[in-house]
Amino acid sequence: MVQINLPKNSEVKKGKYYKDQTGSDNIRKVNVYRWDPSTEENPRLDTYEVDMNNCPSKVLDILNKIKNEIDPSLAYRRSCAHGVCGSCAMNMGGKNGLACTTSHEEIDGDLDIYPLPHLNVKRDLIGDLDGLYKQYQSIEPWLKTNSKSNSNEIYQSKKDREKLDGAYECIMCACCSTSCPSYWWNGDKYLGPAVLLQAYRWIVDSRDDERKARLKKVADELKLYRCHTILNCTSACPKGLNPAKAIAEIKKMLATSNI
Amino acid sequence: MKSYNIIDHEYDVVVLGAGGSGLRAAVGLSEAGLKTACISKVFPTRSHTSAAQGGISAALGNMGEDDWRWHMYDTVKGADWLGDQDSIEYLCKEAPAAVIELEKYGVPFSRTEEGKIYQRPFGGMTKNYGNGIVQRTCAAADRTGHAILHTLYGQALKHNTEFFIEYFALDLLMKDGECKGLIAWNLNDGTIHRFRAHTVIIATGGYGKVYYSATSAHTCTGDGNAMVLRAGLPLQDMEFVQFHPTGIYGHGTLISEGVRGEGGYLINSKGERFMERYAPNAKDLASRDVVSRSMSIEINEGRGVGKDQDHVLLNLSHLDKDVIAERLPGISDAARLFADVDVTKDPIPVVPTVHYNMGGIPTNYKAEVLTVNGSEKTVPGLMAIGEAACVSVHGANRLGSNSLIDLVVFGRAAAKRAAELIKPGTPHEQIAESETQKCLDRFDKLRNAQGQNSTAELRLAMQKTMQSKCAVFRTEKNLKEGVDEIKKTYEGMDSISVKDRSLVFNTDLVETLEFDNLIRQAVTTVDSAYHRKESRGAHAREDYPKRDDEKFMQHTLAWCDGKNSKISYREVHKSTLTNEVQYFPPQERVY
Repeated sequence: MVQINLPKNSEVKKGKYYKDQTGSDNIRKVNVYRWDPSTEENPRLDTYEVDMNNCPSKVLDILNKIKNEIDPSLAYRRSCAHGVCGSCAMNMGGKNGLACTTSHEEIDGDLDIYPLPHLNVKRDLIGDLDGLYKQYQSIEPWLKTNSKSNSNEIYQSKKDREKLDGAYECIMCACCSTSCPSYWWNGDKYLGPAVLLQAYRWIVDSRDDERKARLKKVADELKLYRCHTILNCTSACPKGLNPAKAIAEIKKMLATSNI
Repeated sequence: MKSYNIIDHEYDVVVLGAGGSGLRAAVGLSEAGLKTACISKVFPTRSHTSAAQGGISAALGNMGEDDWRWHMYDTVKGADWLGDQDSIEYLCKEAPAAVIELEKYGVPFSRTEEGKIYQRPFGGMTKNYGNGIVQRTCAAADRTGHAILHTLYGQALKHNTEFFIEYFALDLLMKDGECKGLIAWNLNDGTIHRFRAHTVIIATGGYGKVYYSATSAHTCTGDGNAMVLRAGLPLQDMEFVQFHPTGIYGHGTLISEGVRGEGGYLINSKGERFMERYAPNAKDLASRDVVSRSMSIEINEGRGVGKDQDHVLLNLSHLDKDVIAERLPGISDAARLFADVDVTKDPIPVVPTVHYNMGGIPTNYKAEVLTVNGSEKTVPGLMAIGEAACVSVHGANRLGSNSLIDLVVFGRAAAKRAAELIKPGTPHEQIAESETQKCLDRFDKLRNAQGQNSTAELRLAMQKTMQSKCAVFRTEKNLKEGVDEIKKTYEGMDSISVKDRSLVFNTDLVETLEFDNLIRQAVTTVDSAYHRKESRGAHAREDYPKRDDEKFMQHTLAWCDGKNSKISYREVHKSTLTNEVQYFPPQERVY
C-alpha cells in the first residue's frame, strides 16, 4: 500500500509563549507561525499576549507592536502601511489579506497569523514569491505597439481606457493566487489569478498591437484552463478587484474569436 | 569577528534602488548596452513610488495652453529661489518628452474626451508666470505612482535588467575620493556581496521615517544618503522637509493634493474656507509649505476641529459622485479604511504630515554627485537620482507632481551620462580590502550588539524629537534642544541591542542598520535647520520670519562624522542652461 508522508519538518509544533508584561486588562492572544531556516528546528506557533489598550486598529499594528515591544526576531515584510505596495500579504484568521488594511477587530477570538498558504517559506511570515514573479515576466507586461512616432502620445478613448479599470490597480500581493486551490495544486504551470489578471490588462489595452499573440500565448490547458471558477481569488482580493471575471473574459475571447 | 564569505560581482553600473528613478535609469543603461545590476531591499513594485497619487507634471498643454517656461517659473518660485535654475530648466524642458515616453511604455493615464492624457490642476502650477491656474499634472486616476512604477518594472523586464532583490546595501567602496562599487547583504540566504562598478547610481529615496508621523513607508530610511555620509561626503539642504497638508489625522496616510485639484477645500472648526485668507488667488492650491503653515496657524489659534482641536477638515462631498469615482477612487478607499469616512458624505480629518525630503545627495543636472573642496567638484563614479538626490530642482519646497517627473527625467539623464562616461566592459581596478573590512566591521558590530537600548526605543526617541523640535514652525530654542536630544539618541547607539544573530531575513538587524542610517540624517537635518537663520520654503523660523537672500540664498552642505556634523554652504546656481529662457531673479513669494 502506498504511504504518503509529509516531510519531517513540515509539522508545526507548539512554540514559545510570551506572557503580557504590561499588566494590561485588555489582552489578546496572537498566534504567529515561526520558522527560521538557519536552525534545524520544525516550524512552530508562538503565542504573544498583546496589550490591546495601546494598539491601533490594523493587524500590522499588532505585528509592529510585537516586534518593537516583545520579540524583535519576528520577521515579516511591510512597507507602505496603507495598502498600495502589497508587501504585507499574509493569512490572518484563515483569510488572505494585507496586514495593513485588515482590522483585527474583524477577526473573532485568538488571532492566528500565518504566511500566505502553499508557498515555500523563507522565514516566519515571509513567503517565497519568486515563482509568481517569473510567471508575471512570462506574460510580457509591457506595451507592444507598432507606432513609430516617439514624439506623440497614442490616443485612447475614455471608453477604451475604462477597460483597464479593475485590472491596472493590481498590487501583486498574491493574496488571490495563494487562495486558489488550483494554483496550490499546479502553481508551477497554471499562471493563477494574479498573473492572468495582468495578462488580461495587456490584452484589453487598446494601444497594444499584439492582442492575438497575447491571447494565443495563454490559451493553454495548464496556463489558463486550470481555472475552475472557484472564485476564491475574487473574495481574497484586498483591492476589491475581480480576477475571476478577467479570467472568464479571456476564456470568452478565446471561445469567440478565430485564434 | 566572524569572517564572512564574500561573493564578488562586476558590472559597468550598479543602480541602488528600484523605485521610479532607479528603474528608469536601469532601463536607459540596458538600452545603452551597459552591464547593469539593480539592487533593492524590496521587490521593485513595493517601492514607495507606488504611493504617489495625484500625478506627474509636464507642460503638455493637453487641457489649455501651456509652456515649459511657465512650469519653470512655478518651480523656481515654489522652491523659494533655492533651486538651481539650470537643473530646473532641464527638468521642465525635458518633462513633456518624458511623459510621452511613459505613455509609450504603457502607463494607463486617464484620458480627455479627445483621448489625450488627462491633466489636472495642482498646487502652485500656473499659466503665464503666475497668472491663473493651469492644468499641468498628468494623472492615472489617483494612482499615478503605482501605474508608473509597475510600467517601469515591465520595461526593465523587457530589457532583461539583472535584479538583486531583497539585498540590503551596507556601504560604498571608495578609493581616493572615487566610488568603485558597494557591498550588500542578501537577506534571502544571508550572504555578503561585493559589487564592483564604474558608476554607482544611488536611487534609494527619502528618509521620512526620521519623523514620527509621515506619509512615508516603513522602508523610507534614506539608506543611500547615509552611505554617502559614511563615505565622507556631504548631504545638501537637509533642513527642507516637506509637510504635506493632507495626511489623515492619526494615521498619516496620504490624501492626494489632487483632491484639492479636483475642487476639494479645507475648512476649520467654524466651517470657514480659511485658505482664502492666506492665499487669496491660489487658495487651496497654494504651494504645500504655504498650506501646511496656514493649517498650523489655524490649529494654533484654536480653530482646529476634534476633541483636541488639533486638525482640520478636507471637504469633497460637494463634488460630483462620478468625478470622485473616476478620478479619486484610491483616496476614497483610504478615507474609508483609515478614517472611517465616506467622502461623498463627510469631510476627511487631516493634518500636515511629513511627506518629502527636498534635501539629499547634491548633484548637477547630469545626476553626477557633487562635493565642495574649495570649489564645486563632481565625485567620479557616483551619481544620485530621485528623492535621494538634491539636484536641486525643488529647492526649499517641492511642488506637488514635480517629484514623479524628477524621477523619470533625472533617471534618464543619469543613464545618458553614464553611457557617455563608461565604455562597456572596461576592466575594474583593485580596491583595498580595508574598505570591505571597514564595512563588515560595522555590520558585525551591530549584528552582535548586546547593549541595553532596543532599536525600536531609540528610533521612537529620534522620531519624537524630530516631530516636536524640527516641525512646520521652528525656533532657535527648539532647534537647539533638537540638536542636543538627537546627539543623546545617537549616543544611545553605543549600547544598542540586537537580539537576532541570524543572517536570513534578520529584520531585527535590518531595522538596526536602517536606524543607524536614519540617525545620521536626523543629525544633519536638525543641525542644518539650526544654522539656517531665515525663513524660506518649508523651513519656517518664527525667530527669523523673513527670507534673507543676502546671507542664505545658498545650499547648506552637511557632513556627518558620528554624532557631530559640519556645516558649510555652496552657491545656488544663478544662471540657466541655455538662452531659451532667462534667469528668474528672486521676488516676494505670494500665492
